[in-house]
Amino acid sequence: MNMRIEPNAKPSLTGAQILVEALRKEQVEVIFGYPGGAVLPLYDALYECGIPHILARHEQGAIHMAEGYARVTGRPGVVIATSGPGATNLVTGLADAMLDSLPIVAITGQVSTAVIGSDAFQETSMIGISTPITKHCQQVRDVRQLAQTLKEAFHIASTGRKGPVLVDIPKDVAGFRAPFDYEEAVWLPGYQPNTRPNALQVRRLAEALTEAKRPVLLVGAGVLHAGAHQALLALVERYQIPVVSTLLGLGAFPGNHPLFLGMGGMHGSYAANQALSNTDLLVNIGARFDDRLTGNTAHFATSATIAHIDIDPAEIGKNVRTQLPMVADAKEALVALLAVSGSVGDYADWRRDLLQKGAEFPFWYVPDDGPLKPQRVIEFVHEVTGGGAVVVTDVGQHQMWAAQFYRFERPNEWVTSGGLGTMGFGLPAAIGAQIGRRDAPVVAIVGDAGFQMTLQELSVVVDYQLPLKIVIINNRSLGMVRQWQELFYQERYSESLMHCQPNYCKLADAYGIEGVLIENEADLQTKLRRALLQPGPVLVDCRVAEGENVYPMVAPLCGLHEMVGVKP
Amino acid sequence: MNRLLSVIVNNRAGVLHRVTALFLRKGFNIQNITVGTTDNQAQSRMTIVLSDTDEETVEQVMKQLHKQIDVLKVTDWTHQPVVVRELVLIQVNSPVSTRATLTTLINPFRAHIIDVGRDTVMVEAVGKPEKVDALISLLRPYGIVELARTGVTALSRDTQTSEEMMRRTKENALYI
Ligand SMILES: Cc1ncc(C[n+]2csc(CCOP(=O)(O)OP(=O)(O)O)c2C)c(N)n1
Ligand SMILES: [Mg+2]
Repeated sequence: MNMRIEPNAKPSLTGAQILVEALRKEQVEVIFGYPGGAVLPLYDALYECGIPHILARHEQGAIHMAEGYARVTGRPGVVIATSGPGATNLVTGLADAMLDSLPIVAITGQVSTAVIGSDAFQETSMIGISTPITKHCQQVRDVRQLAQTLKEAFHIASTGRKGPVLVDIPKDVAGFRAPFDYEEAVWLPGYQPNTRPNALQVRRLAEALTEAKRPVLLVGAGVLHAGAHQALLALVERYQIPVVSTLLGLGAFPGNHPLFLGMGGMHGSYAANQALSNTDLLVNIGARFDDRLTGNTAHFATSATIAHIDIDPAEIGKNVRTQLPMVADAKEALVALLAVSGSVGDYADWRRDLLQKGAEFPFWYVPDDGPLKPQRVIEFVHEVTGGGAVVVTDVGQHQMWAAQFYRFERPNEWVTSGGLGTMGFGLPAAIGAQIGRRDAPVVAIVGDAGFQMTLQELSVVVDYQLPLKIVIINNRSLGMVRQWQELFYQERYSESLMHCQPNYCKLADAYGIEGVLIENEADLQTKLRRALLQPGPVLVDCRVAEGENVYPMVAPLCGLHEMVGVKP
Repeated sequence: MNRLLSVIVNNRAGVLHRVTALFLRKGFNIQNITVGTTDNQAQSRMTIVLSDTDEETVEQVMKQLHKQIDVLKVTDWTHQPVVVRELVLIQVNSPVSTRATLTTLINPFRAHIIDVGRDTVMVEAVGKPEKVDALISLLRPYGIVELARTGVTALSRDTQTSEEMMRRTKENALYI
């Protein structure tokens, strides 16, 4: 052998080892994933590498876990799947993370470079599939570019407007060798997110706040992503402006604060929607004017000047015409606003009127002697946990009731699929949240239908001994679909009643989890209380009234001022 | 109104796909997209014409393009002094008897016959899209066998924008 040893050359690593080293450099605490042919080299390097790996029971479960983890920790969630079916099983989670701006780094295996394009076994064009549902995606065909690509992936996923980034690694690339160089700073000329607000725009907004008579703040998840909740509170206290939250923004502002009007939008509070409809200055901080929030935009905030603070310039003016734009990180913007010594306007009448509406028309339901009310279950969970749990939901009526009746007082303790509305999100996302917050009480509130989409992940709860509390709001129906059919399709319940259901307690038992059946108020007081307070995992089957609807509501095509089902 | 965008992107695999996937996803109407390298081999220029697009949509298109990591620069040239050109190849029926007239016909277009067959000739022309349109309609009566247009590419002019230049650009804007 006449190999020349260069004394200063960096030792070379295989692609798989480069991945592990990159994960170490990024201080990744946990990986969610599922192995298979194309990622065998990666899994071999992960074996005994010291970074814990959570073996989901389905790749969709793995990516929702990564999302739940990312949502409560603010750190990128890492997920690995094999090529072909493993990778395509990630698609729903990628789309979900894209719409809700969650930092995810997804590593997919790919067939070897030599056979790419030949329809090889388990070959799928993941770049083709994931381009429209990721913030960025990249296939690595040269092992010398792997380290840099991974570094860029973490950078892109976790800066600016966060989002999912996919790195596709062909099997042979994982075996080729290259020096590991992770020192070079990421320099992407085409990606320079602006976080600092423009001073002139800050001054204009401060002036607008002074001049306004009926201002309102709309807060979205951007406040949470930026860690801006304290600055937000300071601004509200200074100006004494009422606050409305989006679904995903819940927790960014304390739900028990006197100036909090609640969630706005389709199933928002009457006071919040009145505020949005009648305001003369709407300051949107880190929300994207989603249609579920605005209702029919033709009737949205018609007499208002719209100010919009967003890290993503493309959101400004996208759905609602904006007079006072500000492209910035929510925290930097709020801190800059606080630094301007603008005088505080006089909104006392407006405030009084809204707070009175809030007190007069709260979220409501009719407690009666009939079957247990789903809203009551949520209220009770709030009561027992003292509002101090991380609450994760699935999608449907129970999700809206959780948003309405659980009062979120702290940031990053609310995990829900907002933009994509992904059924099946709840259980795996709760697992991810529990892994991110090992010592926090985590309650998954799920529907009977959505739970059945990813219930195989119960195995993970047992496998990793997670003290997760899973509460099924069991209305034996696809409740939200049933509600729309009742209201808009003449009660023709086409495929929305699900009267064939498993015995959830036995199911829990089969997985080795305690199962609890709840049927009435007495059960709540005894069995549910005990279930929520005991140390281990539990699956609670709450049999609730089947025909209950989520109110109040803004019907499709209506404006926020046209709410129905407001408390009489 | 039609809009002309010039987009500088990283010259790497998948970038054209990213851009077209974006247009598909957002439902923007592309009338024309051409791609070629620039003087810098690491970068390509995409010249995009959007059909019938209002001010707000163009702004949204530009912002969405900017969000792509591989997009380096986006400029709206709709109202700028630019040179817009397109190349066309037309294979047209031309028995020997009509060839002389055909040649005189295409002359004012500064078009050339670049291939001659027994019954057909191939005409090549470069010009503004409306000039290309005019040439095509002129040749149509002879019988067009096959036709290929490249779509437009464009460059901005040196910026001493005389009135005349601006007037011409406005005309361009109508056509592109
Ligand atoms: C994957 C997926 N499929 C379909 C839907 C449409 N959808 C929205 S809510 C809902 C019903 C959910 O039923 P369940 O999980 O029991 O919750 P509930 O509304 O009864 O509380 C359906 C089918 C969806 N959001 N996600
Ligand atoms: Mg249900």
